[in-house]
Amino acid sequence: MGIDRQSLAAEFLNILPSDCVIFREEELIPFECDGLSAYRKVPLIVLLPYTAEQVELVLKHCHEKQVPVVARGAGTGLSGGALPHEQGVLLSLARLNKIVEIDQDNRLACVQPGVRNLAVSEAAKPYGLYYAPDPSSQIACSIGGNVAENAGGVHCLKYGLTLHNVVQVTLLTIDGERLTIGSNGLDAPGLDLLTLITGSEGMLGLVVEVVVKLLPIPERQQVALAAFDDVEIAGKAVAEIIAKGILPAGLEMMDNLSLRAAEDFVHAGYPTDAAAILLCEVDGSEDEVSEEIMRVRQILLDSGAREVRTAEDETERMRFWAGRKNAFPAVGRLAPDYYCMDGTIPRNQLGKVLTMIGEMSEKYGLPCANVFHAGDGNLHPLILYDANNEGELEKAEEFGGEILELCVAVGGTITGEHGVGIEKINQMCAQFPDPELETFHAVKAVFDPHNLLNPGKAIPTLARCAEFGAMHVHAGKLRFPELERF
Amino acid sequence: MSGDQDQSSRLQANIKDAIAERSCLRLMGSGSKDFYGRGLGQQKVLDLSGNRGIVSYEPTELVITARGGTPLDEIEAALEANGQMLPFEPPHFDGKGTIGGAIAAGLSGPRRPWGGSPRDLLLGIKLLDGQGRIMSFGGQVMKNVAGYDISRLMAGAMGTLGILLEVSIKVLPKPVEEHSLIIDRDPDSATRLIGEMIADSQPITASYSLADKQAVRLACNHQRLGAICLKYGLQESSESSDFWQQLRDQKLDFFQQSKPLWRLSLKPTSPLELTEPCLQEWSGGLRWLYSERPATEIRTLVESQGGHAIQFRNGDRSGDIFHPLHPRILQIQQGLKAVFDPHGLFNPGRHYSDY
Ligand SMILES: Cc1cc2nc3c(=O)[nH]c(=O)nc-3n(C[C@H](O)[C@H](O)[C@H](O)COP(=O)(O)OP(=O)(O)OC[C@H]3O[C@@H](n4cnc5c(N)ncnc54)[C@H](O)[C@@H]3O)c2cc1C
Ligand SMILES: Cc1cc2nc3c(=O)[nH]c(=O)nc-3n(C[C@H](O)[C@H](O)[C@H](O)COP(=O)(O)OP(=O)(O)OC[C@H]3O[C@@H](n4cnc5c(N)ncnc54)[C@H](O)[C@@H]3O)c2cc1C
Repeated sequence: MGIDRQSLAAEFLNILPSDCVIFREEELIPFECDGLSAYRKVPLIVLLPYTAEQVELVLKHCHEKQVPVVARGAGTGLSGGALPHEQGVLLSLARLNKIVEIDQDNRLACVQPGVRNLAVSEAAKPYGLYYAPDPSSQIACSIGGNVAENAGGVHCLKYGLTLHNVVQVTLLTIDGERLTIGSNGLDAPGLDLLTLITGSEGMLGLVVEVVVKLLPIPERQQVALAAFDDVEIAGKAVAEIIAKGILPAGLEMMDNLSLRAAEDFVHAGYPTDAAAILLCEVDGSEDEVSEEIMRVRQILLDSGAREVRTAEDETERMRFWAGRKNAFPAVGRLAPDYYCMDGTIPRNQLGKVLTMIGEMSEKYGLPCANVFHAGDGNLHPLILYDANNEGELEKAEEFGGEILELCVAVGGTITGEHGVGIEKINQMCAQFPDPELETFHAVKAVFDPHNLLNPGKAIPTLARCAEFGAMHVHAGKLRFPELERF
Repeated sequence: MSGDQDQSSRLQANIKDAIAERSCLRLMGSGSKDFYGRGLGQQKVLDLSGNRGIVSYEPTELVITARGGTPLDEIEAALEANGQMLPFEPPHFDGKGTIGGAIAAGLSGPRRPWGGSPRDLLLGIKLLDGQGRIMSFGGQVMKNVAGYDISRLMAGAMGTLGILLEVSIKVLPKPVEEHSLIIDRDPDSATRLIGEMIADSQPITASYSLADKQAVRLACNHQRLGAICLKYGLQESSESSDFWQQLRDQKLDFFQQSKPLWRLSLKPTSPLELTEPCLQEWSGGLRWLYSERPATEIRTLVESQGGHAIQFRNGDRSGDIFHPLHPRILQIQQGLKAVFDPHGLFNPGRHYSDY
């Protein structure tokens, strides 16, 4: 069935330079998955255009031929959003990688979607500016992918998510029409379509240019590292900092397993016997920072921290952060495979949820390391497993699914920043009733009536949910019956 | 609070009736924005102000959830008691404005570039749509990327997509102290100086500029203020906090004219060749203009700088009030309208004449 690879390639070779069309089986393999390697599919072909005009031609052709299109940025996504479609085109935006303009006076940068997140801050640095959202994958991930996932990072507590730092995108619709969404000012006329595009996981259109806000580089940054003997107490300290009216530039937490892994990996200087550590960064002018870091220190001690250290100098500050930013690969060294979850919960549920995750870990017999954007209540439990052991991947997925359903049950969400993709599609059924899901499908149809853009991702069909529900409500009992439903 | 009431069932019944009768509805919070948007139609008014009350507020979570009809005053009083605020500083004048209306109108006050807008701070909603369905989108947590961001789409939609039964909003600690500085320079060098202060990360939370008067508001203590004055050679002013409130609620003398008032949204440094004076906020990103010029002339001028213009008050309200849209974008908006309000019940013609 479907279209055959050779003839589709021939059609695209008429439109694009030959080095933009990849269709030999062995050359397609590197594109078969994104950062979620448990799911793999070989696309029909991969296209690597150089310009937005070429992307437009590709889309027009796909639209005419009704060929599915999956966009790909840097392929660091952790939810399988860029997992290829076997009967479709995998369209990489990686070669659209130019910084078009840095507007120093208005503190804006206009960039192509394939520009790496960190490259924006590097280009802005000579002007004393930077781009605030800083996913841990920032050396590799693309701005287009950040927009598509509404990516977050350590600094999002104070400076907002991608959504808050993008003012305009140029969007190509599935039929190849180019639209400007948003503006270079602080608002745009009509409905705020930018809110729909941000986080839409390549389902509504292709982002071919982005205008982001830049911020002045703060005069000084300082970080406090607090060690705790108990994870729950660390969780309460997070709430305490916020309660005292402090909005740190970053507020991150790691549990013992992840901080030990990070210590072994990058020698960050973490106290390896602590049950958990908190990293709390403040930024601003010299005086402000001096004053605030003292307050933070006191609050942490008052909340039961065993020890609070502040970085001696910039090198030590970078080292403290290096541990956190490398937490995923560090934990990755502990087992052949790890599965990264991304639920968000109200901060005051942190202690309870951590305890319950610990119990699940015992039940499934799989270790779980915990790293969080604590200030935002965004958890990243990393489940360790070995895919070579029969049934262990399934067990890890089941464990992960249970964590996400717990997040929903305590009033949170299944994904804070990594997106639904293919990975959390079943848990969407736990989070949303049918009318909401129908609404999502209807919104997609407004942009993409023939369902050609990233089909099958992000929003489950109602039929799928009916099946999932039947599987998960064992003997008419919901999971976590003891928790109040939100 | 006395008067707290969940009227979602009644409102749901109202929608079902309207569908059955094939009638349209004009959604009203307190009606303080009747002047805003395209002319009001003859539709039946659906009063949303009875559906009110704070549902939950936990200061350490930085989130407040309230029913759409809750007066802004009530919300701000609850926040004030905990040293917090609505960062978008919504205008509310006599305290009647509702939180649902503030989100639906999507307007922000002087703090906007530094504190965010209603859409930036909206975390979740409970929506009653045009088929009478009650749905929840977003939530009470800071980060949530499950499904499309339907809640934020409602900010600024002027109630054309549905009724906001409940909204959850991110709140922030309120600065302990704020002070004003008058910048006694010619407009151009004052604008440059404000730009310089922003680039230096000074704690600016509002800016004002009209003819030969320029001012900024800073969130800092006296000591820091002194240092800032010294650094830039400025005088501390005796401007009361009232000034910024009057700016927010458009009570300053400038706003008492009867000509059409235009709200121009632009890149802060965009030049505009105009003879009439513009009052500027948001370090130039927002400009207010009283002018009798034809709408098309103003729109073309602003559009040539990549901005857009709203005919905010006065003048003929039967034409385009909001900036006309690219045809495909209009088509998308009509498509979205059909998703949320397929019978065209809510506020027909209030936003654009096409829906
Ligand atoms: C070690 C590690 C750490 C990470 N840390 C973080 C973190 O701290 N915070 C965080 O938010 N994420 C994090 N991630 C996840 C990931 O990096 C982000 O989701 C990132 O935004 C993906 O960007 P990408 O360019 O790799 O996109 P891809 O993975 O290529 O694609 C992601 C999705 O976006 C779509 N897409 C890509 N480009 C476009 C475009 N131009 N137009 C339309 N759709 C497009 C794709 O179809 C897909 O659905 C991490 C990942 C790794 C591997
Ligand atoms: C320049 C300016 C001047 C102002 N002047 C005054 C003034 O003189 N007096 C005063 O009291 N306030 C004034 N306000 C402030 C205003 O009242 C508040 O900001 C608030 O936004 C309006 O709330 P409302 O309930 O009155 O809205 P309304 O005027 O009732 O409604 C505004 C829009 O939102 C829609 N809407 C209302 N509630 C909902 C809901 N729950 N769900 C969906 N849609 C809804 C309506 O249909 C309408 O389209 C002013 C604001 C500005 C910016």
